[in-house]
Formats: sequence, structure tokens, C-alpha cells
Amino acid sequence: MATVTEAPPLAPAPETKPPRKRGRWTPYWLLLPGLLWLIVFFALPMIYQASTSVQTGSLEEGYKVTWHFATYWDALSEYWPQFLRSILYAGSATILCLILGYPLAYLIAFRAGRWRNLIMILVIAPFFTSFLIRTLAWKTILADSGPVVSTLNTLHVLDVTNALGWTAGDRVLATPLAVVCGLTYNFLPFMILPLYTSLERIDGRLHEAAGDLYAKPWTTFRKVTFPLSMPGVVSGTLLTFIPAAGDYVNAELLGSTDTRMIGNVIQTQFLRILDYPTAAALSFILMAAILFMVTIYIRRAGTEDLV
Amino acid sequence: MTTDNSGDVRLSGISKTYGSFTAVHPLELTVPQGSFFALLGASGCGKTTTLRMIAGLEEPSSGTVHLGDQEVTHLPPYKRPVNTVFQSYALFPHLDIFENVAFGLRRRGIKSVKKQVEEMLELVQLGEQARKKPHQLSGGQQQRVAVARALINTPKVLLLDEPLGALDLKLRRQMQLELKRIQTEVGITFIHVTHDQEEAMTMADTVAVMNAGRVEQLGSPTDLYENPQTTFVANFLGTSNLIEAEVDSKSGEDIVLRAGGGKLVLPESRCGAPTTTGGKVLVGVRPEKISLTHADDAGEIAENRNRITGKIADSSFIGVSTQYVIDSPVCPEFEVYAQNIDRDPRLVPGAEVVLHWNPAHTFGLDAAQDIDAGVAEVEEEAA
Repeated sequence: MATVTEAPPLAPAPETKPPRKRGRWTPYWLLLPGLLWLIVFFALPMIYQASTSVQTGSLEEGYKVTWHFATYWDALSEYWPQFLRSILYAGSATILCLILGYPLAYLIAFRAGRWRNLIMILVIAPFFTSFLIRTLAWKTILADSGPVVSTLNTLHVLDVTNALGWTAGDRVLATPLAVVCGLTYNFLPFMILPLYTSLERIDGRLHEAAGDLYAKPWTTFRKVTFPLSMPGVVSGTLLTFIPAAGDYVNAELLGSTDTRMIGNVIQTQFLRILDYPTAAALSFILMAAILFMVTIYIRRAGTEDLV
Repeated sequence: MTTDNSGDVRLSGISKTYGSFTAVHPLELTVPQGSFFALLGASGCGKTTTLRMIAGLEEPSSGTVHLGDQEVTHLPPYKRPVNTVFQSYALFPHLDIFENVAFGLRRRGIKSVKKQVEEMLELVQLGEQARKKPHQLSGGQQQRVAVARALINTPKVLLLDEPLGALDLKLRRQMQLELKRIQTEVGITFIHVTHDQEEAMTMADTVAVMNAGRVEQLGSPTDLYENPQTTFVANFLGTSNLIEAEVDSKSGEDIVLRAGGGKLVLPESRCGAPTTTGGKVLVGVRPEKISLTHADDAGEIAENRNRITGKIADSSFIGVSTQYVIDSPVCPEFEVYAQNIDRDPRLVPGAEVVLHWNPAHTFGLDAAQDIDAGVAEVEEEAA
């Protein structure tokens, strides 16, 4: 039979040392490189630009900070058409990207099966070519004597777009349509990738459950799939709209003087006219405008609530 | 319970094949209105596929599905008067509990859903949680939302796909009773898919045991347990001791068998296999039907009982009963569960014992089957 004997008293437990100090600072050390990078390449230039925007003077005499806020007002009153145009073009391109990208992202996420990876590669493939080359290629595609323009002409599509003011005469190149097409093409992957990511995360059983609960396929999409893909829609539209609004390459290569966007104005001010205060002020106005619109948009989309 | 048959589920010859793999062999099955029916089997036996064919989530490769008199074989799920409680629930994460439950009503164009939803949430005791999102609820609560979301549509048939699989043991027991209560209350036909034999036996009126795409046996839980027709059912549903025996003779309504030098009696009515003198039969007996007597007292055992001799290999005391493993010439691991009423102190490992039981508790199975069918499945599910 087993008997119970009293266990010998335990040796006093060694005193636990307080956790080492170094461990506590590790997160900050890890943050340091990124923080330094941001300070040197983001914060400092921002401050520099901010001060430039309120300077007056000339290239010959040098610039001085005179808190001349009128630059902002002058820039805005002179270049507001370009601002509006930027927002209009970028907005159109974003909507086009959403219309083109959503079905594709949906297809990749739910229907592509073994073709999924191939289609993903095709979506990303354009990134392997330079942005400039891709935009120049569109110049060839939309050339006046090219097949696209002649087809559109034959189909009388150009008559419609002319009437809407998107194109002029028998040309597509150097019109708003060309610029919006270029923007759409160049930013489409930025729309598709976040859309795909959020669609792919949706549990397929939710579609089955919706069908089981009397939702027809279209209703299932409206009530379940689309609301659940909102995070992708929001990040996709932001990733498209923000860079598109500041873009100047598409307007430069595919547009004309009538399609100049705010990016082109800033570029000209900085590099050709060398009016630094105006250029800096325009940059800040653009930034403020985008921040304002994005804030309202995110509030309205109400995505904080989504899982 | 209603007397009409609109909640009958009739499967005629339905099968499902994926390429060269047959998930469900042609199946005939009728589930009567108002019954609690369980499809029981190990994973991959085709039970979920069968359920999904009833729900319309899977197109059968052949055969038809009828609900009452209506053929629904090719109807899409949203046109079928059935609802499903999905495995892991599939609640809509962007909608609150109220809207999840109201989903089906709203899709059918019902405008004033408030009263119905509140009543349904009351039924599953979740009235307080109506405005929470699914991820804020516990597993058991989510499970009840899933049931409420399906039941509110008063379907002809409610399909439950392993609804309790994600819950811990205690909660599972509680939900089993809860589901049973709800079923009795609403009187809707429930078809419940599960791999847990205890769950199937506690809840269902009728259980169909499935194995490799076929229904092995169908019947009430007692019937399945007491009269298994195949070794798979005998081993998958509870534990069985199976002995290979040879038919010696027939006397009246009994078959006399020889096994390892001893003599066993099996009522002919309890033998699921054809018997010819000299042929083989598998004799089965459940562990709790057997009495254990020390070899010294063998003389006290009544003459008409089936008996086998052996040696205790192992015993484990588990409170209500003691489980013995007996090494006998006919079966190396004979299991016996003895109630702890009067414990004989001589029954320890190594003791020579006689196992004896009422011949009426013996069942006979076709010896052509794999004697261990279903054992691996039970172990796999337990793992």
C-alpha cells in the first residue's frame, strides 16, 4: 500500500529578477530606421516646402520668409480650373477602375480556380514595364491613324464623345478621354489588388447561407458580398484617386494644353517658371483638398465598423 | 405535430459523383414530416453531401429530391422551403443579430419583421443581444443565432450540418437538449448531420448510419444499438465484442454455435446473416450485457446462459462501472462493463473468469465482413 508522507520543505524559490530593461526599448529601436527615414525624406521636406510657400522674393535676390499667405489665394484663384479638372479626371478614372476592376477581382477571387495565379500575374505584369513606357504605348494605341480611332469613328462612338466634350474632331489623343483612359489603365492594378484581397477573405459559406435564406444571386451580391468587400472598395478607390489626382504624366503625354491637371501646373511652376512659392502653395492646397475629400469619403463609407 | 406530409423528405436514387469518386451511392431515403432524423457517419462518408443535395447547394448526379409532393431536385436553394444551420454557422459578420435573423424574412418581401424576430430571439434566449454583431457573441450564442435565423422562416425542413461541432462538450450537451426542445416545440422536420454517435442517439428519433457513401442501417437509436446489421454499425455505434463462430445446429428458434471449444446460443431472429450448418457467423454482444464471475464460482452460473472463459487482462475503475478487458481464446480483447454494485475483490488482472450473458442479447452478423469495420472511424473521431 502506498502511504502518504510529508514532502520535505521546498528550498526558497530564487528571487525572480525584474525583466531586463533592454526588452522594453526593443520596439523603439526597431522603429528608429523607419522614423529616421520619414523625418529626413518626409517631415523635413514638408517643413521646407511649407516655409517656401510663404516666402517672397526672386531667384536673383533670394527668397525670404515674409508670411505671405496671399500666395495661396493667388494660386487658387488662378489655377482653380486645373484643380477642378484634376478632381474630375481622377474621379472619372477611379469610377472606371472600379467598374472594370470589380468584376475582374470577383472573378479571380471566386471563379478563377486554377487560373487564379495566371490572372493575378497578368494584372501585375504591367508593373514590369516603366510607367512612362506604358503611357507612351497608349499614345500609339490612340494614334490618329490607329485602329482604335478608326474603329470608334466607324461605330460613330466619337460622335457621342464629341457631343459630350470628351473628344474633339476625329481625334482621341490630346483630349480628356485620352487622359482619363491613361489614368484608368495606369492605376487599375491599385484598384484590383485591394478589391481582390477583401473579396478573397469572404467565406464562401456566406454566399450559400444567403442563397439558403431566399436571396437570389444578385441580392446576395448586394446584401452580402458587396458590403463585405467595402474595405477593398475604399482602399482601392483611395489608392487610385489620390495618386491620379496628383499625376501629371498622363496629362502631359496623352493630353493637350486644354487638359492640364494640377500636377502639370506644379511641375511647370517648379521646373520651368521656377516660381517656388506658388508651386509649394499649390502642392499644399492639393494635399489639403485630398485630405478633406478622403476624410469625408471614409466617414460616409462607414468602414470602421466592418470586421 | 401536423398530419400532412408536406414536410416529408423523399430521396429517390440520388447519388453524387466527383469525377471518378463517388461521394454518395444511389440512395433511397424517406424522412417523415415532423421527425428528428440524424445522418450519422465518419468524415467523408457522404452525409454532408446528402444534406447539401437536399438544401440545393449540391446538384445530384442522379435521382430526385421531393419535399412532400413537390419535386425540388433542380430548384436553386433560394426557391426551396428548407433552411440550413451551417457548420461554423456562416453568420453575416456585417449585420447585427437582429438583421441576421431578419435576413430570410426581408428577402421574401416581409416588411414588418420586428415582432417575429423578437419572438424568435426570445425562443433562443437571445433577446438582449439583438444589436450586437456576431463576433461579439460566444460560440453557443452564435449557434443559437444560426438556428433562429433558419427557423424564423418556418421551413418545411430544417437541415443541420454538424451544428454543435465547434462547441465544447458541456455546451454541446446543453445545446442537444435545447435543439430537441425547439424541435418538439415547432414540430418541423429536422435533418441533423453528425459524426458524434452519442449526439445522434440522444437527439434523433431515427438514425441513418452512413459509411462510404451508403446507408449501412436505418432505425431508431435503440434498434440500431441492440440489433446492428453490419459490423460497421456494431463497432461505430458504441462498442461490440465480435466473435467468429461456426454454426453447429439449430434447435427450435435458436442457432447453436461453436466458438473456441465452447457453445453459444443465438436467437435466429437476431441473426442478420444466412446460416448453414458448418458455416461461419460473427457473434456479437455489447459489453454491458455481460456478467463476470470468478472461475471458482462457475458452478453457480445458470445453465441456459452463454458463457466464455478467459483471464482479466486489464481493469479500470470509472466510478459507476468498472471496465474490464478479458483475454479469452475466442477474442483477445473482450470488453466487459460491470456495474459497481457488489464488487468481487477477486476480479483483478490475472484472475481466471467466466463471462456469461443472456442468449437473447446475442446478435449475429455476416462473417464475410471486416470484423474491425468502423473501429478506426471511432478512434479517428475521438482523436
